[in-house]
Amino acid sequence: MSELLQFLLSGVTVGAVYALVALGFTIIYNASDVVNFAQGEFVMLGGMITVMAYTAGAPLPLAALAAVVATAAIGVAMNKLAIEPARGAPVVSLVIITIGASIFIRGAAQLVFGKQIHTFPAFSGDDPIRILGATILPQSLWVIAGSVAVFIGLWLFFTRTLLGRAVLATSNNRLAAQLVGINTPFVMTLSFAMSAGIGALSGVLVTPITMTSYDVGLAFALKGFAAAMLGGMGNPKGALVGGFTLGVLEGLTAGYISSQYKDAAAFIVILAVLFFMPQGLFGRKSTDRV
Amino acid sequence: MNLLSIEGLGISFGGIKAVNNVSFGVKPGEIVSVIGPNGAGKTTLFNMISGVYLPGAGKVILNGEDVTAMSPHLLARRGMCRTFQNLQVFQSMTVLENTIAGYHLQESGSVLADILNLPSSRRRAKAAEAGARDLLRRVGLERAAEREAGSLSYGSLKRLEIARAMALNPKVLLLDEPAAGCNAVETEEIDHLIAEIAASGVAILLVEHDMKLVMRISNHIVVLDHGEKIAEGDPASVSQNPAVIAAYLGAENAAG
Repeated sequence: MSELLQFLLSGVTVGAVYALVALGFTIIYNASDVVNFAQGEFVMLGGMITVMAYTAGAPLPLAALAAVVATAAIGVAMNKLAIEPARGAPVVSLVIITIGASIFIRGAAQLVFGKQIHTFPAFSGDDPIRILGATILPQSLWVIAGSVAVFIGLWLFFTRTLLGRAVLATSNNRLAAQLVGINTPFVMTLSFAMSAGIGALSGVLVTPITMTSYDVGLAFALKGFAAAMLGGMGNPKGALVGGFTLGVLEGLTAGYISSQYKDAAAFIVILAVLFFMPQGLFGRKSTDRV
Repeated sequence: MNLLSIEGLGISFGGIKAVNNVSFGVKPGEIVSVIGPNGAGKTTLFNMISGVYLPGAGKVILNGEDVTAMSPHLLARRGMCRTFQNLQVFQSMTVLENTIAGYHLQESGSVLADILNLPSSRRRAKAAEAGARDLLRRVGLERAAEREAGSLSYGSLKRLEIARAMALNPKVLLLDEPAAGCNAVETEEIDHLIAEIAASGVAILLVEHDMKLVMRISNHIVVLDHGEKIAEGDPASVSQNPAVIAAYLGAENAAG
């Protein structure tokens, strides 16, 4: 019993990370139908910039805030310098541009931060909390709380606010959005800022658990992408459920079968789901006229 | 006093003058139609006026302000809205949501008030919905309000686009072939709708192939051929104009 609980708890922790990365994917996807593969680099930048500011003497909360703001600015720059000049290109080209941007950011990070592995102290100490014979780190609770908070914020943003609905309208039909007076270039800038900021926040929350280096982004991007696809790309609820499902699956496979198979098991389940539900668990149906 | 003035507008594509030195004006409550054979440059002219294309020459003056090459969302905020021949609606939203999107400009709530669902925010949403339902009733789509826009017929989508444009409370409305693809009954409904909108003081600029519709509702007609204005005037004088008759017959001969 306590063994199962332990596997579940570690799965939920990992799942919360995937959910956070997947939530970052949803915003840019909602605004532009582009899957931004540089999302993982935003996670890396969040951790790295925090490390840099913290070692330079800034208090941890201030360092974390600086990392989120700086990464959001890098996201905006990426939109202005790489995505906007290619406006009108097919979505596939834009996705490839994001892959190029991620390679560039990774290379630049290697030059600026070096190749070492970094970390900073956990927010609330390292003493494990005992629950029914299983243990969980306080930092895991931070990650879980962070992903749930970001989810609630995004859910409210997209369903309740005018600005959130303007983002959805822009993705649905950019020209029609302009016709009703939506400033679509601003919507794109905002989306990149928010996605990058959320990515950086994930990096800040997980670095005390997983540590960070210049090349951790790719793994986050792949798992977050898988989680988002599983839940249904573009839907915050899907990102959250997809992330936690993927994490728990990995946790159980690692615990009961072998940790070497954890990635394989997770991807098999994703393939199975997408085979029967190509839109993911909560995806919107495509209703284009032909 | 013209609400919308087109002054010497022109554009070239690869050395070919698609539109050359076209000028005219539209007054509040007036319906001005742009007609001409296929390829005369009507839609190109529309795209320049509405900020989709950058004009090579000339000016667009809206309410005394130079709005040449201004992007569509800024034009919408200044009271100029358009519909598209090939329909630009939010396919996966409902008819009601599409129309409410038109109220986007008039709402000015803060993100925080919306998230907290404050009474001010709820009141605004309610007012937008009531206004949208009223507009849908006017265009005859009230029963389709909850349907997904992508499932509507072509003629209904045309009316939905007009309803959404009306939600913006425009001063100038540009309609690109509102009756194209519509049957006789639908065309007559659109006819009434346009006349009603003009009667409320909106300046209407129309591109339309249906000559009967154009002759029936226009106050003023501008005729284009090969990108040039060859005639303008009231429906009676334009339909008698030898240059206009030659342009249409010539176009038919070329096509046959």
